[in-house]
Amino acid sequence: MCSTAPVAARTPVICGIGLSDYPIAPHLTNVQHHALAMQRALADCGMPKSDLDGYVNASAGQTDMTVVMAEYLGIEHRYIDSTMTGGSSFEFHVQHAAAAIKDGVADAILVTYGSDQLSRMGRMLGTGGFHTSDASVDGPGQFMSSYGVPLVGSYAMAARRHMHEYGTTSEQLAEIAVGVREFAAYNPLARYRDPITIDDVLGSRMVADPLHKLDCCVITDGGGAFIMTTEERARDLAQPAIQVLGAAGTQTHWNIIQMPDFTEPGAATAGPEALSRAGVTVDDIDVLQLYDSFTITVLLMLEGIGFAGKGEGGALVQEGHFRKGGKWPMNTDGGGLSSNHPGMRGIFLIIESVRQLRGQAGEVQVPGCEIALACGSGGWLSCMGAVVMGKS
Amino acid sequence: MDVVRGREWDRPSPAGEGEYGPWFEACAEGRLLVQHCDACGHEQWYPRAICTKCAATPRWHEVANRGTVYTFTIIRQYHAKPFGAELPYCVAMIDLADSPVRMFGTLTGVAVDDVRVDLPVEAYAVEYTPGRALPYWRPM
Repeated sequence: MCSTAPVAARTPVICGIGLSDYPIAPHLTNVQHHALAMQRALADCGMPKSDLDGYVNASAGQTDMTVVMAEYLGIEHRYIDSTMTGGSSFEFHVQHAAAAIKDGVADAILVTYGSDQLSRMGRMLGTGGFHTSDASVDGPGQFMSSYGVPLVGSYAMAARRHMHEYGTTSEQLAEIAVGVREFAAYNPLARYRDPITIDDVLGSRMVADPLHKLDCCVITDGGGAFIMTTEERARDLAQPAIQVLGAAGTQTHWNIIQMPDFTEPGAATAGPEALSRAGVTVDDIDVLQLYDSFTITVLLMLEGIGFAGKGEGGALVQEGHFRKGGKWPMNTDGGGLSSNHPGMRGIFLIIESVRQLRGQAGEVQVPGCEIALACGSGGWLSCMGAVVMGKS
Repeated sequence: MDVVRGREWDRPSPAGEGEYGPWFEACAEGRLLVQHCDACGHEQWYPRAICTKCAATPRWHEVANRGTVYTFTIIRQYHAKPFGAELPYCVAMIDLADSPVRMFGTLTGVAVDDVRVDLPVEAYAVEYTPGRALPYWRPM
């Protein structure tokens, strides 16, 4: 990747990372999560705030809209991006910010996220009672809302179709939750850390067939931030720079009723494209951060990106490759299934990838970690973004 | 397609704005519509002002109210009113019998544990306000 041509000086890198407080942080509003994560990302790499000339976030609400947060945080930006693809927004942000840095549109771009979802609303697995019975629904949602399908129901329909077409089993999906929980045991901040078994997952309450409670992510508070700059600028900073080797994003639909093939999400396009841009294959990947909103999300991504053939993901996860010590350790922070999921988890996939590539992951450090892949999912398996990162 | 009228409606209602309205109105007349594009042959649902393949203006096209279950789930936990009082219930994606289009709705008239992918089903309409209805599905 490296070249002596002048353009190499503008190679986009991730230089700073920061997490706010999680999994339960009643002392923070969503805006304060953004601010705290930003402070920690600046402190992490030793960059003065005045260096920032780009700002990016994705917001589902009014109080932390990108322009509102740019004002609140006091960022005088030359570059701003409020791309909102749900939980995968931050993978799309990396793609966009990398291009902006390469082009010289900005030199130091801050990306932030914050959510007080748990403290504000409580833990409902996306099955909360937010609808009012007499609501009038506009837009495409009006072809769904009258029937009563909570968020988990969309993923359950994808899981059911995959089981029908390929014989995937609940045991195979449960293996994903068990493996991620194994990593959570090493994260003192993870929401749940006690080991679980396949039987625990299968014995947990059925929420929307075929997905059990332990097939579903936790709901927490949390926030994160990362800073992107040029490789040249990063040389003066306190942390090793992590290169963005390749990034790609795909939207197949937004509302689940429009998903073209319930067994094939956008990772099937974005994953291979990101790998190809990075000039690597799945066999080169040392650590994997996949958006585990539900166990089925991970399975569909593994097949889409190319770790498994179509329909072969279930058998592959049972071989243990994605556990601690496996070929592709996955969700080494404990993931959304066990550690934290404040609503849009994609930023944590980037942050954990960087931690691994820097060699700062402690007990869950993947030995010789050179190349990491993060893949986010937003909406209802709707928008997927993949990012391949590597040591500079 | 059978139309159920006068049932008390205690759940979210479609606003039916713009191009959406005629679809709900046809439903209340017992007709299930998709959109057909004469320029490229594409069929689509939900209704749009343009064909999603070629951007031409599509026309309404009536289809048979029959299909098979493409996929489904049984909702067993949901706190929103009135659905929480109706658990467990089945929602399903339906492959239409005579169109490439897939529709969505609640599947009624069958024990939830008996629902299977490929189950043959038919639509019936339920009026949510006079002159506008939504399709529900039941086994053939």
